Amino acid sequence: MPAENLVEISDLNFTYGKRPILKGINMKIPRGKLVAIMGLSGCGKTTTLRLIGGAIKPTTGSVRVAGKEVGELDTEDLYKMRRKMGMLFQFGALFTDLSVYENVAFQMREHTDLPETVIRDLVMMKLHAVGLLGAHKLMPSELSGGMARRVALARAIALDPMLMMYDEPFAGLDPISLSVIGNLIRRLNDALGATSILVTHDIQESLKIVDYVYFMADGVVVAEGSAEDIKASKLPFVHQFVWGEIDGPVSFHYPSPPYRKDLLLEPQNSYAA
Amino acid sequence: MPHRKVGFGLSSIGHAVVNGVSRLGFASRFFLVTLVSSGASFRRIHLTIREIYFTGVMSLIIILVSGLFVGMVLGLQGYETLQKYGSESALGSLVALSLVRELGPVLAALLFASRAGSAITAEIGLMKATEQLSAMEMMAVDPISRVVAPRFWAGVISMPLLAAMFSAIGVFGGYLVGVVFIGVDEGSFWSQMQAAVDFRQDIVNGVIKSVVFGIAVTAIALFEGYDAPPTAEGVSHATTRTVVTSALVVLGLDFILTVFMFRGV
Repeated sequence: MPAENLVEISDLNFTYGKRPILKGINMKIPRGKLVAIMGLSGCGKTTTLRLIGGAIKPTTGSVRVAGKEVGELDTEDLYKMRRKMGMLFQFGALFTDLSVYENVAFQMREHTDLPETVIRDLVMMKLHAVGLLGAHKLMPSELSGGMARRVALARAIALDPMLMMYDEPFAGLDPISLSVIGNLIRRLNDALGATSILVTHDIQESLKIVDYVYFMADGVVVAEGSAEDIKASKLPFVHQFVWGEIDGPVSFHYPSPPYRKDLLLEPQNSYAA
Repeated sequence: MPHRKVGFGLSSIGHAVVNGVSRLGFASRFFLVTLVSSGASFRRIHLTIREIYFTGVMSLIIILVSGLFVGMVLGLQGYETLQKYGSESALGSLVALSLVRELGPVLAALLFASRAGSAITAEIGLMKATEQLSAMEMMAVDPISRVVAPRFWAGVISMPLLAAMFSAIGVFGGYLVGVVFIGVDEGSFWSQMQAAVDFRQDIVNGVIKSVVFGIAVTAIALFEGYDAPPTAEGVSHATTRTVVTSALVVLGLDFILTVFMFRGV
């Protein structure tokens, strides 16, 4: 019987050089659920996703996917695991020299020996699922931002992955495209029976569709719970983030010497050098 | 104070040397991995053929036009010099030997670096900047095998063909100016050329040079693209470095190869 959690992260630390990015985080992503990782830019969300995908290795701690320690897999086993994963990049990352059809067919051609007729049926099915059946002949340069994201989504689900990862899927989208992508993420997760991890800082859209939320700040998980728990949270950071308040623990100003002191400095001491 | 400046200067030099050696090591490793990952380039030959079209066929215009003008200039300048010694009948051999031994491989390689090398670097650099290479890795497809190796072999195959075409059209340019416009005897033009050009010594060595230049230019272009910082400025600098480094490496290699190939001939 498969474990209840598809992804288990325990006591995970990651540093770039001497700069700590993740500081002892713990997460559990249950099978079949859509879980969001939220937080400000630079808090370590995407790094966590890259660790789950095996793009980087933990400094210490453990990342287990389907019971396997990702950081200990060799290249061959890592690639085998990635065939069961799908990832939607922030701006789609479509292959610009391939048409929409070829983009979606890419993994099928690379990893299977399916005949062309079957590939065609599968590609059309995936494009139909994201509402872009009629766009299969277009090149990526002919697509709007929202359409490109939907094609990338069709490409990511091409081989029916067990784990879908979304890296900022709502970035730069108009409200309609944003809603469409949000709905697709939820519907595809349920239809494919997959498990999904959604990395985002778009709070309003994501709280409508997710089952559970991990809130990160400065490399640690500061809060977790269902969408309702997060909305009702009294934690100052979470409250400021959810309601988009200017005042709160997150300062508007980047750390700097006091403005008054800066103004009073002699020109030759500050800028002339 | 001067001690601090000397210390800073030394540390900058040390830093540059360490960076340079580390980059050279990474480039060598990248080149080896490309060779090891080349199987798919031949098993799925359509990938390589597609790249031959982009790097080779699309470079034809610049190669042919440049070759024609270089041959015409050679014919004109060669005639001016040879006629002073009453040896204008040797024009054919002068044009052919200059092109086949040196100008064909070297100029074709320099043009190839400017046209195809810069395009390869910009393409790979932008693929990296727009996360296409990361996406490929996440789809369990090795970008070195799928993207880099076919381009490498396309460059290695295209370069000698382009150099041969450069030399052939250059000879035609020399013929146009020398025989058609100036009036050098056609029979002596071709017969002197046939007598002077040795297949193994001149043509084979010219082909060897162009293969070596093809390997060097394509490997530099691919490495610079793959190693480019994923920003507009990073890709722009990488493209410039490809053209500059390729030009210097081609000229340096040409000298070394010429010393070994034509010493005492």
